[in-house]
Amino acid sequence: MKMNSQEWKKLDIDVRPGIKLRGKWHGKTYLIQRKLGAGAIGVVYLCVCNGKQAALKISDKRSSMTVEVNVLKSLAKVQGNRLGPSLLDVDDWVSPQGICYSFYVMEYLHGEPLISYVQRRGQAWVGVFMLQLLDALQELHQNGWVFGDLKADNLLVVSSPPKVRWVDVGGTTQIGRSIKEYTEFYDRGYWGLGTRKAEASYDLFAFTMVFLHVYYPNQFAKESSPQKQLFRKIDSVKELAPYRMVLKKALVGNYHTSKQMKNDLLKIIYTTERKNMRAHQQHGQQTNSSSLFIDIGGISALAIIYYAVSLLFQ
Amino acid sequence: MMVLKSWEVVGLKKGTLKQILLITDGCSNKGEDPVAVASIAQQQGITVNVIGILDDGHAEQDESLQEVEDIALSGGGVSQLVYKQSLSQTVQSVTKQAMTQTMQGFVNKELEQILGKGQSMEDLEPEKRGEIMEVVEDMGETCDLEVLVLVDTSASMYDKLPTVKEALMDLSISLNARIGRNRFAIYRFPGKRKQMDRILEWSPALDSISSIFPKLTSGGVTPTGPAIREAMYQFGKKSLRRGFKYEDEQPGMEEA
Repeated sequence: MKMNSQEWKKLDIDVRPGIKLRGKWHGKTYLIQRKLGAGAIGVVYLCVCNGKQAALKISDKRSSMTVEVNVLKSLAKVQGNRLGPSLLDVDDWVSPQGICYSFYVMEYLHGEPLISYVQRRGQAWVGVFMLQLLDALQELHQNGWVFGDLKADNLLVVSSPPKVRWVDVGGTTQIGRSIKEYTEFYDRGYWGLGTRKAEASYDLFAFTMVFLHVYYPNQFAKESSPQKQLFRKIDSVKELAPYRMVLKKALVGNYHTSKQMKNDLLKIIYTTERKNMRAHQQHGQQTNSSSLFIDIGGISALAIIYYAVSLLFQ
Repeated sequence: MMVLKSWEVVGLKKGTLKQILLITDGCSNKGEDPVAVASIAQQQGITVNVIGILDDGHAEQDESLQEVEDIALSGGGVSQLVYKQSLSQTVQSVTKQAMTQTMQGFVNKELEQILGKGQSMEDLEPEKRGEIMEVVEDMGETCDLEVLVLVDTSASMYDKLPTVKEALMDLSISLNARIGRNRFAIYRFPGKRKQMDRILEWSPALDSISSIFPKLTSGGVTPTGPAIREAMYQFGKKSLRRGFKYEDEQPGMEEA
């Protein structure tokens, strides 16, 4: 649910670029630089504290903010957390008008949205990000959490080496509970393909929708038989051809862990590559008809290399 | 934690939240003032939430929909104005928000006893607030919930009813993912001869309403106040008491 326009205005009047916020409890001062984005609960600003840039989320929906902070704190305990931004400060701020806001300060992730990154840098990255994301999800699930509101908007690619990170953990839910926050397009309940219980398979459904969204930037509306429709959508994307079976299995909830899905994905990438090498040896020269395989093979090779590199830098 | 203990003493863990969810697109024009009735409901331990459906091109500031906010305010619930396209997401989030709000109300009462008059969890430092919020979330996930949906089927609602049906089925998906149990009932107003007519008796899910949900509207008047009053009485009924069987009888949430 979006904030209504009046709530926006109130926040916009109180928090403007150039103003300084001083925390009520911990006393740190933050200089607001510019607005980074807005979500269902609050607004995120770029700010500076002690010469360092950070992201500051502020809202007068104080209990919702507290819930988010709890999630961030739990995630921080997850070993080797490479998932979300780290939490730097949690405090309250009383505006000159006397309105009490809650805010928290996170590491500022400077990155590019997943969809535009893939469009700009090319297909090879799809496999890389799939593997990276599945690793991250696996780690999250093993620690008893489900991401919930997994969507392209929540995924950023940070550079050197390129790595997918997620922002906005507002939907992160303990396994076995009901999903806290979701977006219809990515929600299996909306598509009639499962419950809204927090399970690994809930995230894997959304995962598949993320990669559909990459190739359908304007998304699409639900039709009368959603499963057939989604399968058709997968089939019509040439770039997703190698991953079809895996993505479809994820859509109908056949994977119970990210690991199973990742193993299938690795197998596909590996065999496509071998097929491709054999095709090379047998024919010597490539024909037009095999060019699709060559494409896919080349992509997989790149995917494996990039993925390996990204593992090194963790 | 001190607060948590007193919660358990009060027996909230086994408590049942009671909500009326009113879905309408305009102002009441018959019978008693719905804002007053909502306040009575709240005193009975029943929260009144209101969703006002906007017609396309309708402004959010429209005065006729001021009543939506007023009813929810006096009913201790949550209100939201929404275009029918986003009804599903709104219905579930309003319901959940209201649950959290009610839980927080209880916690704040407890806190007042510990910290002194006028103190609430908002006055605590962020770390302590976090701990308490965890308890509140926990309660929201595990408590039992009864939602009576009251659908305005006056003439102007005609083209909105299919969307309302979809949204209610979606609500059932969301709430049934919780650990706690749910009961839903659906009523429409105005009724044929009475203030309101029953569409669905108390039941654990709404996925079967497709065939029984009204496709037609039922008249021009909007007796919102009388309908809320009737709705309030449906919570005390025997069929409902039988519905939830606790292993051991615990005081309900309204007695907290």
